[in-house]
Amino acid sequence: MTSPASTDSVPPQFTAGARPAPGPAADEGLARRLRALACTAPLHDLDARKANLAGEYSVYGMAEVALSAIDLVTLNMDFDTGADHDQIVARLIPRIAAQAPQRPVAEHERVARWVLENLINVGSVDRGFRAVYGTFTTDGSYVRRDYDFKLIEEVPGPGGTVYLRTTDEAVNVLVGALDTDVTSAQIAAEVKLEVLINRGRLADAQLAAEQARYRTVQYSETLRRALEATRRNVRAVDWLNSVPDMIAEALDHVADRYRHENAILTNIRKARDESEDPEHKRRAAELVDIVKDCIRRHTQLQSRLLEAGPLFRAEQDRQAFATPMTSSGIDLYGHLVAPILPLPLERAVRVTDAFFARGTGFRTPVSVRVSDLVDLLLTPPVEREHLGAEMPEPDLIATPDDSRFSEEQLAAAKELLDLPADAPRRLSGLLAEARRTGDLDLPYLVALLAVHAASPAVGTAYRQGEEKLLFAVDDGTELDDPEFGGADLIVGTALLDAAGMAADRTEAA
Amino acid sequence: MTEHIEWSETEAPAPSAPSAVTPADAADAARLVAFGLQPKLQPARDQEYAELLRRYREDGAFARLADAVAAGLGLVVLEVSPRAGMAVTAAEDSVFAVRMGDYARRTSADGGDRFLHGLAHLAVAAMAFPRPEDLADDGYIGRVSVNGVDAFVRQACRRLEERAEEQGENTDPATEAPGLEAAWRIWARRSAAGATKDARRLAGSTTGIVGKAVAFLTDSGFLQRTGDDNGGTYRTTARYQLQVRDMAGSAAMAELLELGVVPVTDGTPTLLPPQDTDDLELAADAGLPFHASSHS
Repeated sequence: MTSPASTDSVPPQFTAGARPAPGPAADEGLARRLRALACTAPLHDLDARKANLAGEYSVYGMAEVALSAIDLVTLNMDFDTGADHDQIVARLIPRIAAQAPQRPVAEHERVARWVLENLINVGSVDRGFRAVYGTFTTDGSYVRRDYDFKLIEEVPGPGGTVYLRTTDEAVNVLVGALDTDVTSAQIAAEVKLEVLINRGRLADAQLAAEQARYRTVQYSETLRRALEATRRNVRAVDWLNSVPDMIAEALDHVADRYRHENAILTNIRKARDESEDPEHKRRAAELVDIVKDCIRRHTQLQSRLLEAGPLFRAEQDRQAFATPMTSSGIDLYGHLVAPILPLPLERAVRVTDAFFARGTGFRTPVSVRVSDLVDLLLTPPVEREHLGAEMPEPDLIATPDDSRFSEEQLAAAKELLDLPADAPRRLSGLLAEARRTGDLDLPYLVALLAVHAASPAVGTAYRQGEEKLLFAVDDGTELDDPEFGGADLIVGTALLDAAGMAADRTEAA
Repeated sequence: MTEHIEWSETEAPAPSAPSAVTPADAADAARLVAFGLQPKLQPARDQEYAELLRRYREDGAFARLADAVAAGLGLVVLEVSPRAGMAVTAAEDSVFAVRMGDYARRTSADGGDRFLHGLAHLAVAAMAFPRPEDLADDGYIGRVSVNGVDAFVRQACRRLEERAEEQGENTDPATEAPGLEAAWRIWARRSAAGATKDARRLAGSTTGIVGKAVAFLTDSGFLQRTGDDNGGTYRTTARYQLQVRDMAGSAAMAELLELGVVPVTDGTPTLLPPQDTDDLELAADAGLPFHASSHS
């Protein structure tokens, strides 16, 4: 244990902990390794069971998809919530598609969902996994034990939604050596990162940066749980020493990391801008994103830490300074909840049964008269009117067509403005061309469309998956025209990445 | 007494002859009990209910009559007051009593589920009345949320898990004796939430179980829904306080004592388990930098 909380106030368990470990010490280690091994079993199981799926799925590397899913969930876990189920599926699809590019997208999505559901283990009541292993007890007898664990768990989010979080077991499966001191491990990772960047070894640097990010995520996860606990119960934490220490330490940590990561960011940006090799450039750009994400997470963590103090004081006021009352004598938590939780199930259930029997109130029993029952059973079901009342036929009046421009004019203008992506044109040239057609209104329409394009509807084009978009830019040149004044806009066409946008949209959905 | 005569349509017993009970009195007493059997009915909202309550409090003979009617039906009168109304609850083995088997499926076959449902009710009460004073203060209104209750139990479970880890205990239960599994593990290993096809709460998840408990308590007139945040927020009613204080808490305590577990506190309001009062280290997972892994 390297927890700083346990160094300043050593719990009595430690001092009294001379009790011999149950079973031989070697057996203890064996049990631990068996449990670690069990955590990988669901991943192997995926590859073993893919043959049972309807269809030919052996091309897919399920364990690979599963590990990448755990990666994605870990990285997308936010301070407050977890990762979104659909978003994870959308991000998994590119990898699955790469494994079998000729297969339809629907199948890729099916594979992604199958893997994710199996990692949650949707079929079981606990939505978890169980492995059985054996140990020797202190008296030498052999006992089989159940080890229950989860890899990805579902947690309630705001508004009744369900989010995914990876469990500690999953993170341990993912990055084996995580059970080290986070601070030192992170410093080590970052020093390594700096050295690597200085030497220009960006591939290794990316790996190190990603590892640093896993630690960052886990760090904020720990703090999130701690703050949540303090919000619920002010007495469950030592507000005199431990909590302020913890917050100060965490703030120091954030400040330190923030400085450090900004330094790294500057370094990589330099590496990115100076590098000639496109592969290097790309990697450096990815690294910038990762480090930016780390900084974002730290900032988030910091704001939570700053909120913690006022929250404590408010809770303290509410709970501790209330006027003392005569006590009812029953402290529900201290007298009931806390003592029964460590009891064995078969004894604890007697207490909860007693509470349930007298704590739920009463229900008035339903009594049925035979005559009512007969009537009830013989009554035909009421036809539900799904469609509602009939709509009257609307009277349509043809409105006069008072459009300024005709459809033909619009088509002509569109044709004029259908510019190749690599050759933008001046508005003056477009107007001159429009005049050559002899249509006097056409220049107006062209000018109107060009001005409209000065503020292109990017959001709409994004939502509708357009492939190109007309835009206009003012570079300061004056428009010299008998009919129009203003800037001589440069009008051009921008090509949009329709496929990429579609993928983004499915993620956002 | 003039008011009482005015209220009663038939001639009520004159003050001079309180022993004579007319059928009309019995009908009124039974009517008051019937009002009490509608737990969501507020006395302030019903003129007749309010009048009968006032009569109960002012007319001793009528009060005894109403109590007798309730007792005969298998009901226990907890309190009769303007705030709680005729607060009655089912006596043991009464036709009004709620049985676990009717409450939730799977509870008879699986001791784990039976425990989870019971613990959910206990945890809702503990969260609604965190301090002993809250339970004693008649004016106290507790607030609970579904996710809050789940998180609160999980935190308690995590503390136990950490303590077991510190002591190097192997808490994994023996395969052939599931009844010996520590109770906290049952809750800890059940998932908190789960996605379902129709976007409802997964009934078997812990938030589903807590959600069922609060919905049931709302139907019992013990909670009132106040919002949708955190899986649904609720506030307590006077009846719930009475029920927990006078019935459920003491019954569960008696059962616990029978098991030979004697929780000792020094009388100070504490949400901590008593054995932890000298051990004010951080709550679950607060120890930086890591949630203690099993390999330290």
